[in-house]
This record gives sequence, C-alpha cells and structure tokens, in this order.
Amino acid sequence: MKMDNEQLKELVTGLVPDATFEENKQFLMVTVSPDKLHELLKSLKERPDTSFDYLFCITGVDIQEKLQVVYHLESTIHGHQVVVKTATTNREKPEMSSVVDIFRGAELHENEIFDLFGIVFKGHPNLRRMFMPEDWNGHPLRKDYVDEVNIIDLS
Amino acid sequence: MKESDFNVAPKSDRQKTNIILTTVEELVNWGRSNSVWPLTFATSCCGIEMMATGAARHDFARFGVEVYRASPRQADVIVIAGTIVHKMAPVLKRLYDQMAEPKYVIAMGACAISGGPFFYNTYSVIRGADQVIPVDVYIPGCPPRPEALLYGIMQLQRKIKLESIKTGLIPEDNPEEYPDSPKVY
Repeated sequence: MKMDNEQLKELVTGLVPDATFEENKQFLMVTVSPDKLHELLKSLKERPDTSFDYLFCITGVDIQEKLQVVYHLESTIHGHQVVVKTATTNREKPEMSSVVDIFRGAELHENEIFDLFGIVFKGHPNLRRMFMPEDWNGHPLRKDYVDEVNIIDLS
Repeated sequence: MKESDFNVAPKSDRQKTNIILTTVEELVNWGRSNSVWPLTFATSCCGIEMMATGAARHDFARFGVEVYRASPRQADVIVIAGTIVHKMAPVLKRLYDQMAEPKYVIAMGACAISGGPFFYNTYSVIRGADQVIPVDVYIPGCPPRPEALLYGIMQLQRKIKLESIKTGLIPEDNPEEYPDSPKVY
C-alpha cells in the first residue's frame, strides 16, 4: 500500500528517533547521522510495508561547513518515495558507510562522489577515480577547490 | 571576395610551367580531394550535426566525403566534433597517430576551436583541439550547421588540391601577392 509523507515520517521516527525532517516538499526529507544511515536504508528496503527497492539517485553536495550526501529512494511495489540526507563536517577525511551491499546500483554513484567530492565510502568494493585521471590532485566539485593551471577564473 | 573564388583552386606558377608533373599532380589531387573519408569520431552535440551532414538531406557523399570509417587506419580526415577533455586528449592523439598519411583534421565547432562555452571556470576541458593535434580547417559555430561543415570540407578539398604530391606541402604561390604569409601555409 502506498504510504504518504505523514506515515513515512512516523515510521522513520520509529526506526531512527533522532532523525530530523523537512516537509511540505514533493518528497519527505529525512536527515540522519552517517552512522545511522546504513541501518536505516537497510530496514527501509527490507520491511515489506516500505520496500524501498530502488535507489534512483545519489547526490554529493558541498555546503561549505559540511559535505552532504543525498539518497533518493523509491518503491517500485508501492510507488512511494523518500529522500534521505546525511552529512559529515570532516573535510580532511570525510567517511561514510557504503550502501553498495544494499543497492548494487550505488557503486558507480559512490565512485563518482568519491572522485568529485573526496568522500570515502567504507565497504565499497572498488573505490576509484571515475571521471578524473588517476593521478589528479584534489576533488574539483568542492567549493574550496583551486586549480591555477587548468581553471581560468571568471568570477 | 565572391563565393566562386573559394571553390576553384588557384593555379600556382609551378603549375603553369612544369606541365607533365603538374598535370599528374592535378589528376592525383583531384582524386584525393574527392575521396576524403572521415573517421567515426564525435564527442558531443557537433556529432549530431555531423551525422545530419552525412544523412540524406545534406549528404556530404556528394562531395566525396563518402563513408565514415570505423578505423583510423582507413580514414583520411578526423572531424573533431565536440569538446575535448583532459581524459579524451590522449585518445584523440592516439587516433591521430594511427591514421595513415596524408591525414587532415577539421576542428568543428566552438569547443574544438577554443574550448568554447567551457573556456572559463572549468577544470577538465582542453582549450582547443589544436593543443593536442594540428588542425587544418576551423569551422565556427555552436554547433555549426551542416552547410558550414560542407563549406569547411570544401575548404579542405581546396587545400588538398594545392598540395605537391612530391613533398605534401603547399608550394609558395605568389610572394608578392601575400607578403606577410609564411613559406608554407
């Protein structure tokens, strides 16, 4: 049965009590700490009443004070959707747990986020640079990224 | 200058004097310039425009750019249709190196000429394909229309028609007429 955002909020609060929410958007947005993330996504997928079996997007975001990762989930059985956000304040060595063991499709997305934001996903089977050359220094989509050689700045 | 000035290869002084060699040269160059086979290579939206040029409405086979070759070893010209990024540059260089002489390069569109819309604030784009391989003809546009590509191909044919079959270079035509031009252009 399709759950609306209110029901999903209630259910996620039961699973992770200290989760925070943003409402009145298209999706219900859940913010959890990185150590709770893996557990939450696993139960969201495995519970028969939610069965979020399709991770349709992972996004990396640099919002200056922290590095954020956003997961968009959908259930192909029930048709409901949810957004799970998590963030780390550690810019030198940001780490998250990988969700490749739950959603196999996350592998390339996590590779890409590692490449462009430098977030290390623990438990990822083959974490490597995807778009940039292997010997590239730094992570280009970070706000504080500087590249005097390649970038002609027009800001 | 009229349109027709571009379409007829001007006769060089050498072609007026050395009759037997230049007649053979003219024949060979006529053949070469009318069978320029392009390599199947496109990196972005200019490639769509290049495909349109190859398709029925514009059909650059009319000009002897007969058939896309899937192997650089069979191609005469590489049309760089699109953005070249740092990761693509070694691939492009290798493709160019694998092409058999004589080989020609057409830089199609703003990205291949200078980086185009990706000139500023980017970490990944090469600012012009001529940073990697030498370019014979530049076609401006974003992307250029098929007519522009056809015109660029005709310019390349004009260049091929001027070449010496002995050296592969364009002999200096008339130094008085172009005082600023280098010896080989």
